Order: sequence, then C-alpha cells, then structure tokens
Amino acid sequence: MAGRVSAPSLEVSDLVVRFGQRAVVDRVAYRIEPGRTLGVVGESGCGKSMTALSLLGLVPAPGEVAGSIRLGGEELIGQSRAAWRGMRGRRVAMIFQEPMTALNPVMRVGTQIAEIMVLHKGASWEAAEAEAVRLLEAVGIASPRDRARNYPHQMSGGMRQRAMIAMALAGEPGLLVADEPTTALDVTIQAQILDLMRELQARTGMAIQFISHNLAVVSELAHDIVVMYAGRVVERAPAATLFAHPRHPYTQGLIATLPDPERRVARLPVIRGGVPNLDHVTGCRFADRCPIAEPSCRSAEPELHVAAEGHDVACFKS
Amino acid sequence: MRRFILRRLGQTLLVLLVMSFVIYGLIGLMPGDPLDVMIASNPGASPEVVARLRVIYGLDQPLMLRYAHWLLAALQGDLGFSRTHSQPVLVVLAPALWTTCKLMLISFVVSVILALGLGIVSALRPGGWLDSLISLAAFAGISVPVFWLALMMILVFAVELHWLPASGRETVGDGSLLDVVRHLIMPVATLALANTGGFTRFVRASMIETLRMDHIRTARAKGNGEGRVVLIHALRNAMIPVLTVMALSFGTLFSGALLTETMFAQPGMGKMIYDAILSNDFNLALVGLLFATLITLLSNLAADLAYAWLDPRIKL
Ligand SMILES: Nc1ncnc2c1ncn2[C@@H]1O[C@H](COP(=O)(O)OP(=O)(O)OP(=O)(O)O)[C@@H](O)[C@H]1O
Ligand code: SF4
Ligand SMILES: [Mg+2]
Repeated sequence: MAGRVSAPSLEVSDLVVRFGQRAVVDRVAYRIEPGRTLGVVGESGCGKSMTALSLLGLVPAPGEVAGSIRLGGEELIGQSRAAWRGMRGRRVAMIFQEPMTALNPVMRVGTQIAEIMVLHKGASWEAAEAEAVRLLEAVGIASPRDRARNYPHQMSGGMRQRAMIAMALAGEPGLLVADEPTTALDVTIQAQILDLMRELQARTGMAIQFISHNLAVVSELAHDIVVMYAGRVVERAPAATLFAHPRHPYTQGLIATLPDPERRVARLPVIRGGVPNLDHVTGCRFADRCPIAEPSCRSAEPELHVAAEGHDVACFKS
Repeated sequence: MRRFILRRLGQTLLVLLVMSFVIYGLIGLMPGDPLDVMIASNPGASPEVVARLRVIYGLDQPLMLRYAHWLLAALQGDLGFSRTHSQPVLVVLAPALWTTCKLMLISFVVSVILALGLGIVSALRPGGWLDSLISLAAFAGISVPVFWLALMMILVFAVELHWLPASGRETVGDGSLLDVVRHLIMPVATLALANTGGFTRFVRASMIETLRMDHIRTARAKGNGEGRVVLIHALRNAMIPVLTVMALSFGTLFSGALLTETMFAQPGMGKMIYDAILSNDFNLALVGLLFATLITLLSNLAADLAYAWLDPRIKL
C-alpha cells in the first residue's frame, strides 16, 4: 500500500442526532478507508440506524443532525438539499434490513435498478434497463432478463436482497451502507449474501459500513469494528484485536454470548438488563448493567481514549 | 384476464336477468295498471271494451307468463314501447341516459382530479396551514346537503349574478358547445363537490401512510427528488386503497345525479324513471331501472380492472 494516496472514504466526527432534548446518537466518531469494511454493533435502539441515515441526510423529522461527516474530504453536514440528492445513491448507497418492504411493490425490479442510472448518469431508460439486467447477473441472479421484469413479490427474500444490492451498485458508490442486510434472511441465504458483499468489495474497492446487532455476523466481514451503546461509541478497534482483547465490559459481554465455536452451543447471555433511559443519566451509561462498576463510574462519563495502538475504549477501568 | 372479464360479463347478465324479474314483479304488485289510467281519462268506456282491451294488452294473463313474453321479446332486442311517449323505449331512453352518464362521468373525473391534487398537497405537510385549510374545506364539502348547495348556487350564480343558466340542458335555438358547458357547470359542481370532500380525505390518509413506508425511504436514498418520490413512487401505491372507495361511491353518484337532475331540471334518467312509474309506463320504468343497474355493475367491473392494473400483486 506504500505510496498510495487516497482520501479516507468517510470520516465522521462528533456526530450528534437529536430528537428534542434527547441525543440518540451522541458524539459518534469513526473513519472508513477505501476498500475496507467497518462493522457497527450494538443492541436494538443504540442508534446504529440513525448514524447510518445521517450519512445520507435522511434522518426523519423532527430529528436534527450536528457534527461533521466528511466524504472524500468534503463536508456533508449543512449542504443544500440538491447536493444531498445528487450524492445519494451515487457516492453513498444504502441497503436496508427488510428486502420485503424496502422495494417498491408496484414497480418492476429492473426499473427500480435502472432508475439510479437515469437519475445520476443521464442514461436513457432503455440503456439503463439493459444495464440493470447485467447488474442482476453480477449479483448472482439466474435468468436475470426475466427477473428484471419481475415485481418484488415474485421473488424470494434472498433474491430481493440481491436485487437491493444490485440497485446499490448501480450508482458505483464509493461507500455502501448496509443496515442489517441479512437479519431478515435464513442462515444459508445470509452466508451467500455476505459472500456476495465480500466479492463485490474486492471487485469494486468500495468501502462498506456494515451494521448489525449480531457480532458474529459482523465478524464475518468487518476489518474494523465500532461497538455502540446507548448512542455512544464505547469501543473501536481492528476486528482481530477486538475479539482477542475486548476491553469494554459491554464488548466482553457481547463476545461471551457468542456461540462457542467448539461446542456449538450458545452460552448463557451474561449481559442483563436493557438500555437505560438516556434523559437523565450522569456518569457511565453502562453502569447499571456493568459487572465491575464502581461508585466513581456514576460521577463522570468516561470518554473514548486510546487504550493501545489503534484501540480506543470508553471505560474508566481499561 | 380475458377469462375474468368474460366471467364478470356473464355474471352481469345474470344479475340483470334476476333484476328484471324482481322489478317486473314489483311493478306488477303496484296498485293500478295502464288500463286504469286509460279508463280514468275516458270514463265512458264500457266494461266490455275494457275487458277486450285487457286481452289485447295481455293483462288477463298471469304475471309469470307476461314476464316470459317480455323477456323473449327483450332477448330479441325488442324492449317494448313507451305508452306515455308513444315511442320505442330505447328512443325515449337514449337521450336521458346520455344526459345522466355525462353528468356522472364529468363530475366523477372532476372530483377525482380535485381530490388527488388537494389530498397530495395535504399529505406533504400534515398539520400545516394548507392541510388545515383543505381539511376544513373537505369537511364542509362532506357535511353540506347537496340540495341546499344546489339552491344556493342557483340563487347566487343564476338569480343574482345572471352568470349561469339555472336549468335545462341547452338554450333552445343555441346548443353550441359553450352553451352546453354553461348549462353543465352548476350541476357538475354540485355533484362533484359532494364527493370531493370524502375523496380528498381518503387520498390524504392513504398518501400519508404510503409516505411512511420503507420503500419511500429507499426511493429517497437513491437520490430521487421529492416530486418523483411523491408522484412516481408513492402515488400509485397510495391509489390502491383509494380506488376501492372511489369505485364504490360511483354507485351513490347515481342517486346524487338523480337529485341534481331534479334541482337543475336536467332531463335525465332520474326524472324519466320517476315519471314513468307515476304514470304506469311499465316498459319504460323497467328498462330504465335495468340500465341504472347495468351502469353500476359495469363501473364495478371497471374498478376491478383498474385495481389489477394498479397493483401487480392482484391476479385476475
Ligand atoms: N422519530 C423518532 N423520534 C424520537 N426518537 C426516535 C425516532 N426514531 C428513532 N428514535 C430513537 O432513536 C434511537 C436510535 O434508533 P435507531 O433506529 O438508530 O436504533 P438501532 O440501533 O438501529 O436499533 P435496531 O437494531 O432496532 O434497528 C432509538 O432509541 C429510538 O427510540
Ligand atoms: S466506566 Fe465503570 S461502569 Fe462504565 S463500563 Fe467501565 S467499569 Fe463499567
Ligand atoms: Mg436499526
């Protein structure tokens, strides 16, 4: 890699998403280099989707976004509606959890894929539909010509998710944001989709932000991992490091709940309780569930700090 | 698709057959027959003459037999003779049918277009001032009685301002397109307004729900502008439930049309059937009612076809 100069695909810092008084994403920071995959893990409601949606300027009203999102060095926050529109689907593409509902039920799949090329590349519908067939083939769909003429309900869940991926690829984006893309699929299909994403990344060099509440799935794909808890990043490290030396008690708990690869049975979950009410919390947000919490943990909030080279953690005790 | 249409047309014929029998029976049960009317206008007729006339008109035969005769003739295209108009039923019926259908279709199209425009605008900013204004107007439209509205319009635009003619289909001796249109404005407005309020509420509700769907977020994430998101991605989805409501209300439009015809003295089906029943003009009343049924059945068929065209998940 020596000598190759390229701006980071994405650099997020101090990202805050607020609904009224409540920051559901709080001072989140991470970066993704071209060709790399960042895994984002954390339990339901911790702010993974809101983080992802802010990359596209799609946080629903009345949510407000602040901080900095730099894509290829260019600041996205505060840019015009037209600029957001021109960037969505072309520079950053997103795929969603429910392939069932994320596609328009009354529009042919080929047309939905072609639309991106008509919107962003000035392609004619005819040329774009032809290209859509090639994209469907590229994501491993058999008889793509017929499938392009299908409506979403005529496809299986796995096939629909492949079509979603084909749609995301149509704009040749530098960054693909995948929000729980395999959660709704059964295990074999899930593995196929993960293989497909890995293969497409090798071919196109795009960066991927892969979101899941399931650390096992994230570990299949991610080079680096961000662990979120209650709107904050609590740990950030290369995937191998994180698995070998998890530092935050929450991450340790997540890893402990993974199925044991040798005995192939799930161990007992060790993280008890749920995400706290964020409205009036002082000190560490994880304190109520933390097995090693001390009274001092409740007086100030631990900030993310460097614990080892490339390994950041937000905990007083590590 | 072909099979579906053929089957539905077959069902339509069957319904018409049953309806014709029921209506025939009901009219037969009504007090008085055509001869009573004749006798009333000619008190000198002797009982023998009356009896002979009954035989000539076939009124001495049982109802079932008379129905069978009528049906046989009708199936051969002979729908009978209107006694009061002294003309074949179809000749009397055609212009009235045209007047009513024109009134219904134009006001239906007007109210659908208005409702789409207003409903979509409302749905873009629910709770905004424009939405509040439109909702208020829609509720007013729903709650105002049609006849009152018609009266007020006549009072304002015909009596006071002399802008529009109060009644009729055209000015005698004129009949240009402009003249016909001027005669249509108030009846169409009356009939359309009654429906527009309800339609607008349905379009608004369906559009708001559709705009919350996942695939709309996908459409935005692809870089679609709001115009394309609303008109290309949301509208077709939002129309699917609305269409059913609109199609069902097409039937009620018929009774609305009858009322409007009376208010604005339009020589349509409503007045014709009413007069025919009062004057014991059996044939005309019967065929008129059958055509009214046919219009409703055909509009339901059209709705089903439109439904299948809108929603690819529906298999006919
Ligand atoms: N419209 C809204 N108004 C207020 N709060 C909201 C709104 N939408 C989401 N939130 C809150 O934002 C928080 C983060 O939601 P987000 O969807 O990002 O979670 P997530 O990590 O993606 O969870 P999941 O795994 O369930 O998808 C949640 O606690 C949720 O309650
Ligand atoms: S700061 Fe204290 S409470 Fe929070 S995770 Fe670390 S040890 Fe647990
Ligand atoms: Mg989510």
